[in-house]
Amino acid sequence: MWSLVLPAILGGLTTGAIYALVALGLTLIYGVLHIINFAHGSLLMLALYGVYFLYAILGIDPYLALLIVVPVFFVLGYVLQRGVISVFSLGKEQNVLLVTLALAIIIDNLALYFWTSDTRTISLPYAYTMVEIGPAFIPLPRVIAFVAALVAAVILWLIMSRTRLGKAIRAVAIEKRGAELVGIDVDHTYAMCFGIGTACVAAAACLLLPTFYVTPQVGYAFVLVAFTTVVLGGMGSFMGALVSGLLLGVIEALCGLFLGESLGQIGIFLAFILILLFRPSGLFGRRAA
Amino acid sequence: MLEVNGIKAGYGPVNVLQGISMTIGDGEIVAVLGSNGVGKSTLNNVISGIIKPREGTVRFDTVDITGASPRAVVDAGILQVPEGRRIFPNLSVKENLELGAYRRARERMAVNFERMCTIFPRLRERLGQLAGTLSGGEQQMLAIGRGLMAEPRLLILDEPSLGLSPLMVEEMFNLVQRISQEGLAILLVEQNVVQSLAIASRAYVLEQGRFALEGPSGDMLADPRLRKTYLGL
Repeated sequence: MWSLVLPAILGGLTTGAIYALVALGLTLIYGVLHIINFAHGSLLMLALYGVYFLYAILGIDPYLALLIVVPVFFVLGYVLQRGVISVFSLGKEQNVLLVTLALAIIIDNLALYFWTSDTRTISLPYAYTMVEIGPAFIPLPRVIAFVAALVAAVILWLIMSRTRLGKAIRAVAIEKRGAELVGIDVDHTYAMCFGIGTACVAAAACLLLPTFYVTPQVGYAFVLVAFTTVVLGGMGSFMGALVSGLLLGVIEALCGLFLGESLGQIGIFLAFILILLFRPSGLFGRRAA
Repeated sequence: MLEVNGIKAGYGPVNVLQGISMTIGDGEIVAVLGSNGVGKSTLNNVISGIIKPREGTVRFDTVDITGASPRAVVDAGILQVPEGRRIFPNLSVKENLELGAYRRARERMAVNFERMCTIFPRLRERLGQLAGTLSGGEQQMLAIGRGLMAEPRLLILDEPSLGLSPLMVEEMFNLVQRISQEGLAILLVEQNVVQSLAIASRAYVLEQGRFALEGPSGDMLADPRLRKTYLGL
């Protein structure tokens, strides 16, 4: 029994680490700025293609690609927020939702048009290197992703709590007028935050591709779980997103083990409903004032 | 030091301010008095760069800052402590003060932070607390402290006494007088006529987008029109 459950838990933790990585970027964009970013999954997909082509055409290792894809996506996120989302939403929050949905549809269909719906994978020499943990064998890239999720959560938490930019982001998120009056550039700060969130998605893509695949629809598999993760962890809490991402990964794996592989995701949403019933502001959320 | 000339400003088709001119000298406390909805906050927001005026100019130290961004106005040394305080409720008291020095006087943040703790001992006791959990009076102190962190040359206070208990109102006006003695010019926008006139050297009375009265505080207190309208005497 234990020899079945423990590998499922460890496998679930590594899946959960990917959920957490995707959700960390969304924590900034949705949890802190309250921008409902429907394009989050599409940006993940774009980043996955970026990593794919860097490997397939230039032979750049996905982990090395971090150094290229992460900065490029930071800039992309910054420009998207400042040049597209804030421009077309005309200062109304409800419009943001429509603009990001439009972005998602455009990006997804462009990807479909240029790259077709073929499923693409890369085969790395070390993709099947196994790490033995007790009775379980975990692929090395998944162990790396797990560690990376922890590191990313800590880095983001440090940025938000210790740096001048982080304080400005938190200030702008809740009190725009007050922020303007102390001289914070509100548009720039929003765009920086969006850029960092998008950079997180790019990092997730680099860590994901070695054991995953990319198609134009791949984002959907993650984006719903990512929103769930953010809300479950408590809006705006990085530790919350990390813990709830890992938790959802484990729950999914255990449900898959006991109920059958195809029913794994049921557990995620059951757990979501149950936890929010008892903790409406999420695992690490501050109670709404 | 501040020179406002013929400002017209408003929202949509409405001109809230219909040609406002005023001056503030170095180190002076100037009061702008008036009841709700006459355009006091609009005037502040024109000076602070939040609202672009339709006509007129704002000059600070003879530099034209009409229509400048709020950041440029802060850089020039004008800090507004807005109505409703607008502190950051989700940040700690300490972080709120630190953000006061976001653009100005960053290198002297530590010194000024210590100074704020001395001026506002109540805040020192609550540095780690979330600002949203402070009482109304403490939040007003924090808002002023956050403004002072930038070492402003002109501080605009928009209804600092609003919503405070009579005892706190007294404390607030004493404080405003005390900080002005350090050479800081203050534009005090208030509904509280008697106490504002007591500390201001000059005052303007705003009525429906125009200054109905202006002059030294002593003359104003004696003016029969002001006494009738605002003091009910």
